[in-house]
Amino acid sequence: MPHVLAMGGDVARFTGGASEFEVAALSVGAMIRELEQRWPGLGEYVERRMAIAIDGEIFQDADGAQFRHGSEVCLIPKIGGG
Amino acid sequence: MKLHVSTTVNGDAAEFLTDPGTTLLDALRDELGLTGSKEGCGSGDCGACSVIVDGRLVCSCLMLAAEAEGKRIETIEGLARHGELHPIQQKFLEHAALQCGFCTPGLIVASKALLDANPDPTEEEARYWLAGNLCRCTGYDKVIRAVLDAAAELRQERRVA
Amino acid sequence: MTDVLDRQQTETHFATVGTRPIRPDGVDKVTGRAAFGADFVMPGMIWGRILRSPYAHARILGIDTRKALALPGVKAVVTGADFPDLASEIIEGGEAASNSRDMAVNVIARDKALYEGHAVAAVAAISPAVAEAALELIEVSYEPLAHVIDVEAAMAPDAPLLHSHIFTEGLEERPKLPSNIARKHQFVRGDVDAALAAAEVRVEGRYTTKAVHQGYIEPHACVASMSEDGQGHVWCSSQGHFMVRSYCAKVLGVEISNIKVTPAEIGGGFGGKTTIYLEPIALALSRIADAPVKLVMTRDEVFRATGPTSGGVIEVKLGAKKDGTITAAEVELKFQAGAFPGSPVGTACMTALACYDIPNFRIVGWDVVTNSPKTAAYRAPGAPISAFGVECALDELAQKLGMDPVDLRDKNGARDGVKAAYGPTFQNIAFLDTLARIRQHPNYHVPLKANQGRGVAAGFWFNVGGESTGAVRVSDDGTLTVATGNPDIGGSRAGMAMMAAEVFGVPVDNVRVTVPDTQSIGYSMLTGGSRTTFAVGMAVVRASEKVVADLKKRAAGIWQVAEDQVAWKNGEAICLDPAKADAKPLTLKGLAAQSGRTGGPIQAEVSLNAQGAGPGFAVHSCDVEVDPETGHVTVLRYTAAQDVGRAIHPSYVEGQLQGGAAQGVGWALNEEYIFDAEGRMENAGFLDYRVPVASDLPMIDTVLIETAPNPRHPFGAKGVGEAPIVPPLAAVANAVSAAIGVRMTDLPLSPPKIRAALDAKKA
Repeated sequence: MPHVLAMGGDVARFTGGASEFEVAALSVGAMIRELEQRWPGLGEYVERRMAIAIDGEIFQDADGAQFRHGSEVCLIPKIGGG
Repeated sequence: MKLHVSTTVNGDAAEFLTDPGTTLLDALRDELGLTGSKEGCGSGDCGACSVIVDGRLVCSCLMLAAEAEGKRIETIEGLARHGELHPIQQKFLEHAALQCGFCTPGLIVASKALLDANPDPTEEEARYWLAGNLCRCTGYDKVIRAVLDAAAELRQERRVA
Repeated sequence: MTDVLDRQQTETHFATVGTRPIRPDGVDKVTGRAAFGADFVMPGMIWGRILRSPYAHARILGIDTRKALALPGVKAVVTGADFPDLASEIIEGGEAASNSRDMAVNVIARDKALYEGHAVAAVAAISPAVAEAALELIEVSYEPLAHVIDVEAAMAPDAPLLHSHIFTEGLEERPKLPSNIARKHQFVRGDVDAALAAAEVRVEGRYTTKAVHQGYIEPHACVASMSEDGQGHVWCSSQGHFMVRSYCAKVLGVEISNIKVTPAEIGGGFGGKTTIYLEPIALALSRIADAPVKLVMTRDEVFRATGPTSGGVIEVKLGAKKDGTITAAEVELKFQAGAFPGSPVGTACMTALACYDIPNFRIVGWDVVTNSPKTAAYRAPGAPISAFGVECALDELAQKLGMDPVDLRDKNGARDGVKAAYGPTFQNIAFLDTLARIRQHPNYHVPLKANQGRGVAAGFWFNVGGESTGAVRVSDDGTLTVATGNPDIGGSRAGMAMMAAEVFGVPVDNVRVTVPDTQSIGYSMLTGGSRTTFAVGMAVVRASEKVVADLKKRAAGIWQVAEDQVAWKNGEAICLDPAKADAKPLTLKGLAAQSGRTGGPIQAEVSLNAQGAGPGFAVHSCDVEVDPETGHVTVLRYTAAQDVGRAIHPSYVEGQLQGGAAQGVGWALNEEYIFDAEGRMENAGFLDYRVPVASDLPMIDTVLIETAPNPRHPFGAKGVGEAPIVPPLAAVANAVSAAIGVRMTDLPLSPPKIRAALDAKKA
C-alpha cells in the first residue's frame, strides 16, 4: 500500500495526531476521496491546500497522478513562487 | 495657460503646447507620443527617462517641457537610422543585456552619451557613468559588457571611416 | 487538460537548444517600441488617482466625496462602499494562498486603513491635474489607532490588533482570543532536542532581516474600460493576465467571461506583479465615468502600497559531530505578513534545510500580520530569509570545526535519494556538483588581503509547473507563430521560439512569439515560480509535436504511403517507403503552401498541467572588502553556480543568476523599509531606498551546472529564476563577517552597523 507522510502539521489536526499512514488508493484523486471518508474535511483540505510528492516528484492539482503499491506519498503545503 | 514650445526631436522640428509645470518626459510621452522614454521614479533616481539635450545626458523627468524651447533632443526613438540599429542597440541584443527591457531605452541613451563623450571607457568609467540608470533584472554584468563591446565597435567604425 | 509527465527526454544533442540567438522581441525593446503598462492610451481616455491613508492604522469613520465630485472635470469617485463585500475564501495558488476578501480589502480599504498607503478612495477626471486636485477635496474622517510593524512586537499578547477575526491557525487547539499571529507552520523529523543535547559541537544564532521591495523599475499601470453592459477590458502589465482577469472578476463580483485582459510588456515583477492593485479600481471608475480610465502609480505609491517581502527573525541552532556531520537543526522563523495573512514563512520553513541531509530537526514558522503593506511574492518567496540564518549558522559551524565551508556543505549536502526536509525524496539533483564547481572556481582561490573576506552560501528553490497553454500556427509560407498565455518577463519568448524551432528543425528566426489576450489563448497560470520555460515550454513543445505529426500525416497523404513511412527531420518530411524512392522531401514551406488541399490550416493548441519541475540548487561565493573608516562594503568578486538542468538559452539563464545575485546583494547591504514612529515609510524613493547600481557591483561570474537534466522536460530544463536570490544574503554576510572578524547578523549590513560592530570589537 502507498505510504503517506504528511508535512507541516496541518494534516495531523484532522487525523487526531497521525502524520504517517497507509492508504489503499492508487491515485491522487482516489486518495483524496479516501482521506475525506476516513477523516471528514481532510480530503478537501488536501485538495485545496496541499501538493503531493509521489516518490519524490511533486504534483499539484493532479488528480490523475498514479501511485505504485510501495509508493512514498508525501503531502506538503502547496508551493507558489515569485 | 499653455506655453507653445518649438524644439528639435531626433533631428525633426517638433512643436507642442504644454502647461508650465509639465515635465519634458510627459511632453515627449503624452504630447509627442514618444513612449520609449519611461518613468520609473519621477525624481531623477532611476534614469529610465534618459534623453540627450544639446549633447548632454539628462533625466527628462527633471526637466520642464518649456525648457526644451530651441533645444536639440535625442531620444531612444532616434537611435536606429535607415533600418539599422545603433551599435549600442545591436550589442545589447547580442549580449542579452536586457531582461524585462523597461530600463533598456534609458540605459542605451545614457550609454550613447557616454560613448559620445568617451569613446574608450574603462569598465569602471562605464559603471560610474551608468550608475544613474537602475536595472533590477540583469545585475549590470551583460549591460557593461555590451557597452564596452559597442565602444570597441564604434572605435573600429571610426578607424575604417 | 492532461497531466504531462510521460515524456522522457532522450536526446542530448540539439541544433537550437543551448545556443544564444537574439530574442524575438529584442528589437522592440532596444528601440523603445515595446509598449509597457503606462504606454497604452485609448481614445476618450481619462485619468485616475488614488487617495491613500496617511495613517499606519486607523478606523475610517466616514468619507465625504461631495466636494470632489463637484469639481469640474471629475467624472467618478469610488470608495470601498462601491465594491461588494466578499466572503472569506481561499484563492488557490501557492503557499501564500490569498484570501479573496483580504485581497478585495487590500485593493481598497473598508472600515479600517491597515497601513500607510492603503487605498481609501479613487477619482477619475479629464486630466491628471484635475484628478490630483480632486483627491485633495475628498474628506476622510479617521480615528487613528495604535499600530505595530515589528514582527515580535506584533506577536505580543497586548499588541494592537489588526483583525478581530484572526485566530492563530496551526495550533493544536484553536486559541480563545484573536491575535496578529495568523498561522503556525511546523516541520519536524526525529528528536531534535536529544540530538542537540548529544551534539559534540553546537552553534546558535539569532538573525534579522528588514522588509525589502522587489524594486521592479516599472510602476504598476493599467488602462481599463468597462462598458454599460458590464463587459470590461483591461490593458496592464502583470505577471499573469489570466490572474488579473480572475482576481478582478472576484473583487468586482462579476463573471470572468465579462473581463478581458490584454497583457502589456512587463517592466519587471520578481513576484510583485502576481496580484492586483489598480485594475479593479480602474474598472469601477470606468463603469461610473463611461470612459476608459488610466491609473499609473508613482514610485512613492509603489513603495507604500505594493508588496514588499517580509522582514523576519530567524533563530537557528545546529548540532554536529566533530567530523562535521550535522545531527540536529532547530529553526524558528517569525515573518511580517503585512496587513493581511500570507507571508512566505511556509516556504521559508520548507526550504530552510532543503540543501542538507539532517536526521533531526524542528522548523517552526509564524505568519504575523503587521501595519505595513501586504507582502507580495518576491523571487523564491521566503527562502532567502531562512537561508540567511541557516547559511550564516553553517558558516559559524565551519569555523568552529575548522572546516572549509564548502566541505561542510558537501559533507551534509542533499543528493539523489536523500529525503528532503520538506518531505519528498530527491532525484536528479546536482547540488554536490554545484558545490564542487564553486570550490574549483578560480575566484575561490584568489588570495585575500587585509579587510577582505570571502563568504559562501547555498540556496534551494522547488520550482513549479502548473497549468499552461501553448499554441503553434504554421503560416502559408512555412514560418511559425507561437502563442502562449504568459507575459515575457525576462526573455521567455526566446526560449519558446527555440524550443519550437528545435522540434520543427527550422531556424529560430522562422519562429515568432506572441502573448495574446485572455480571450485568444487557453488559460495559463501566471509567470512565476520559475515555471515558464519549464511548464509553458512543455506546452509549446507538445503543440509543436502535434503540428509535426499533422505535417507527417499530410505528407503521407501526398505520397500515398502509410503514416509510419514518414519521418520528420530538419524541417522536412522524408519518405521512408522504399517503394517511393523517388519521393523528394517535402519541406515545411511546401507543406504549408498545400495546406488548403490537405486539410486546411495547420495549427495546434495544447493545454496541460505540467508536473515534475526539478528543484534548483544554487551556491554562491562572494569576496568583499570593508573600509574600516566608513564601514562601506565593496563587493570584489562574485560567483554564482546553479543546477539548471539544461539551459535553453544560456545567456538568459546566466542573466537570471546575475540578476538574482544583484538583488540579493542589495538585500544584504543596503535595502530596507524604514518606518518613523507613526509607522510611515521614511524612504519611499530610489534615492533613499538604495537598490544596487552599476558601480556597486563587479562582474558576476556564473557557472551553469548541466549534469542533471530534468527528465520530465523535453530538453531537460529546470526552473532557474528564483534559486539565485537565495544564497546572496548569507554569502555577503559571511564575507563581511570574515572581513571584519565579527559575526554580522542584522540585515542590511549598512555602514553604520559595520562601524558599530568594529567599534564594539575594539572596545
